[in-house]
Amino acid sequence: MSTMTTLRRVFGVDAGTPASEAGGAAVRLSGVTKRFGDGPVILDDVSLNVAPGEFVCLLGASGCGKSTLLNLVAGLDRPTAGSVEVDGDRAALMFQESALLPWLTAAQNVELALRLRGVGRAERRAETTRLLELVRLEGSGHKAPHELSGGMRQRVALARALAQDSRVLLMDEPFGALDAITRDVLHDELTRIWHEVGVTVLFVTHNVREAVRLGQRVVLLSSRPGRIAHEYAVDIAQPRRIESPAVAELSVHITEHLAAEIRRHAHPAGGPR
Amino acid sequence: MTGPVVDTDRAGAELEAGLDALETEVREPRPSLPRRAARSVVPAASGIAAVVLVWQVVVSLLAPDNVPSPAEVWEAARFEWRSGRLPEAVVTSLQRGVLGFVVALVIATPLGLVLARLPLLRRAFGPVVTGLQSLPSVAWVPLGILWFGLSEATFYFVILMGAVPSIVNGTLNGLDQVPPLLIRVGHVLGAQGTTLARHVLLPAALPGYLGGLRQGWAFSWRSLMAAELIVRSGAFGLGLGGVLEDARQLFDVPGVVVGILTILLVGLAVELLFFAPLEQRVLRKRGLLVDKR
Repeated sequence: MSTMTTLRRVFGVDAGTPASEAGGAAVRLSGVTKRFGDGPVILDDVSLNVAPGEFVCLLGASGCGKSTLLNLVAGLDRPTAGSVEVDGDRAALMFQESALLPWLTAAQNVELALRLRGVGRAERRAETTRLLELVRLEGSGHKAPHELSGGMRQRVALARALAQDSRVLLMDEPFGALDAITRDVLHDELTRIWHEVGVTVLFVTHNVREAVRLGQRVVLLSSRPGRIAHEYAVDIAQPRRIESPAVAELSVHITEHLAAEIRRHAHPAGGPR
Repeated sequence: MTGPVVDTDRAGAELEAGLDALETEVREPRPSLPRRAARSVVPAASGIAAVVLVWQVVVSLLAPDNVPSPAEVWEAARFEWRSGRLPEAVVTSLQRGVLGFVVALVIATPLGLVLARLPLLRRAFGPVVTGLQSLPSVAWVPLGILWFGLSEATFYFVILMGAVPSIVNGTLNGLDQVPPLLIRVGHVLGAQGTTLARHVLLPAALPGYLGGLRQGWAFSWRSLMAAELIVRSGAFGLGLGGVLEDARQLFDVPGVVVGILTILLVGLAVELLFFAPLEQRVLRKRGLLVDKR
């Protein structure tokens, strides 16, 4: 999966985790730059290592190229410069919308992921049951996506992503469209499943508290172009409560940095934009 | 599961189960089949009864020339039915219509898929297909006669020219309407090429494709009736269009009305008994159809 390789040290870490400097990273971005044609630079020299089993949240305002970055890691697009390396064949990816196939039931959606991976019929059935139990939807496998609530659909999407058996799970604002209490519940659920499965998670969000609630490390991206502005280690024991003082304190700190990043765009400087 | 996760686990599971229960729509059961039938059949039957009533009143009061009363038409229909001519014509026309439609489907579906796959070809031939779709297919009858003579081949030629463009366009529209997100999901899950087509593109395109089939059938049936009116010969069976033309030549006005009504009823029956349930089934399964109250 690596294209042109420019070796470069991980930079700008104000509280780096030792794991990210280890050799076998689950995701390794080195000097990744992306622009579409002659358009503006979307991502500028982004270098990031995610250790196996680590939970990293990518945080940024609009225009920071979060989704572009995930597409690169998912292998749906190629960087203009730099290299992207991902452990395993293919990263699993979850979207803001569940993107379940509406003509299949919840169980069939999960099963399709297994089938496309070449899992045999008998094993598929057992594995589907196990995954639906993991997301606590064992009783809803026969339902069509439109018969499920938004939170349930995202859990099916999570089960489907886990069915890919990838070492890396990418999540693109997966809870952005959910109401607050459902989101809280899914935060707990995701934390629990991450503990159980031991998958590496790269989670994109623009919600600071969500990032602090979930991540072991929060990476703040600047906007236009997207660059790594700051990194924060989150040393708060799991399971965390999103309303806990520790989460709030770090969130305030990060929000100040994020706000400063956004303010820089209030008065666009002269010259070409 | 480790340490502190276990403590909150049960409460979390219950909270989640509660949310699931609250947020899952409580749906009223679908009304029973007799009830649904009554709800759609009763108004439709009343409408038809009203038309027949007005018709009867107008004929009895004004007694216009060459306008048969409903009773006369009913008599003519019974006669035609008992003589065996009408049922035979229905079967003959339906056979032609269905066979022509199936051939159109077999030709048009791959054509649509190829055009969808090759954008250059589509830019070249897409407008031609759309243009053909708006051409009344009766316009093909003279050419059909010159090429195929007074034979059944002329019928099939006219049906194909009528139905193929509709089905090609239906296939293209169906594929155009596949949400890009679903294609991305397919890629993420590792589906490409024919696997992607089989598991994502084709099922996602199904509702649009069915719409195209439905329109294709309507075009087939209309084209066939136009052709049967014009192309008549003892060499092949008499279709409904032929029955209609026979009645006209005999100045049999009730017979003409019987012909018109039969053509209408057969077209409607295929629509109501085949296409409507098929489409509803697909849409309902995907939650795209709301039961009317």
